[in-house]
Amino acid sequence: MPQDRPSRGLPEGAALQPEGLVACPVCDALHREADVPPGAQARCHRCHTVLFAPHLNAMTRIVMLAATAAILMVAAVFFPFLEIDASGLHSRSSVFDAIMAFSRGIMLPLSVAVAALIVVLPLVRFGAIAYALTPMVFGYPPPRHAAAAMRWAEDSQPWAMAEIFVVGVAVALVKVAGLAHVTLGPAFWAFVALVLVTVLKDNIMCKFTIWKTLEERRPS
Amino acid sequence: MQVHDMENARRTQTLLTARRAGLLGCRRCGAVHAAGTAGCRRCGSALASRDATSLQRVWAWWLAGLLAYIPANIYPMLLTSTFGNTLENTIIGGAIELFQHGSYFVAGVVIFASVMIPIGKFIAIGYLALTIDHPGTARGLERQHLYEVVEFIGRWSMIDVFVVAILAALVQLDFVATINPGIAAVCFALSVAFTMISAQSFDPKSLWDAYEADDT
Repeated sequence: MPQDRPSRGLPEGAALQPEGLVACPVCDALHREADVPPGAQARCHRCHTVLFAPHLNAMTRIVMLAATAAILMVAAVFFPFLEIDASGLHSRSSVFDAIMAFSRGIMLPLSVAVAALIVVLPLVRFGAIAYALTPMVFGYPPPRHAAAAMRWAEDSQPWAMAEIFVVGVAVALVKVAGLAHVTLGPAFWAFVALVLVTVLKDNIMCKFTIWKTLEERRPS
Repeated sequence: MQVHDMENARRTQTLLTARRAGLLGCRRCGAVHAAGTAGCRRCGSALASRDATSLQRVWAWWLAGLLAYIPANIYPMLLTSTFGNTLENTIIGGAIELFQHGSYFVAGVVIFASVMIPIGKFIAIGYLALTIDHPGTARGLERQHLYEVVEFIGRWSMIDVFVVAILAALVQLDFVATINPGIAAVCFALSVAFTMISAQSFDPKSLWDAYEADDT
């Protein structure tokens, strides 16, 4: 049962040791670190940013969802995505074709960018998260570059645009609906499922808890 | 982090920030360090109390985004050829056409994602950057919400670029109908990317510094 738990701000003038404190990344307010039970939330006292929101078995669930998303992505890229018929002519296109649409002349950089945003970045993000967290699911210490992988996964999050692509598909469908008959291929549904899995994964991923766990289990 | 009644807490004590306590808070993982520490012990990020070059980068990317947004609206976004006739559509032109065909909802989505969000973003980032030292009437929490909305919504402007990519890939029916991307697609994608970087360059802590003694 998620529940707002405003954490207490610290009074001024207290003797402060940096260990055991948490600074809000948004407004810099200091808080005492404490164990937040799974399902509860700890919010910043000043700006109400969620600091800790741990979930039960979060690591296992995140790794499973990342693996699911990676499999769905492979299906979404290569299966036929959309098919259209007009005046007896037929055309089918996969996500791969959509990426290649810009690959002529001056549009090539855009083609590379689209590929990176809807396929490569999400896929590498799933890989980085799985790399950092999988050993810990099985009780081993985190791998050597776990922190670098997690940092990269966090930084690239706004650039992974699979869900925006799905909305773009819906708009494109309406645009060609008058021109031709459009059929949705299996890859479209794979992509929709991928978006749902990604949202689910990002929702149970509490960054502060992951960083804390990575530090605690790091081999010293 | 004890559970504490927020109303009481607000009245009885003022808030201490990491900077006023002479400490450094990590912007990524929240771990607190003694002043002078270079890297975070928890996540390995570089530490700085405030990002001194943040505002310069915000304005630089903001200007780049604005410059790219101009050709994105002037040049055609879509080149549609049906039975030998080529039709060039700009962003606005495409939305008007959708509207005339009766697709009001989709026309609304396109207008919202490609016109209202980008322009609103330019205004919002400019406003936040200009008022960083003298917040005036807007409270910290309100500016924080504005910043969060800008950061969340900015990426959705990419919809139009993806629409063009899908259409160009799908509608290749030789003489009957072909759709090709126009140069505005590149400009628009760049504009969205630049404004995203501009918003990310913002140091949200600087939005709160004007309220250092404030408890909101």
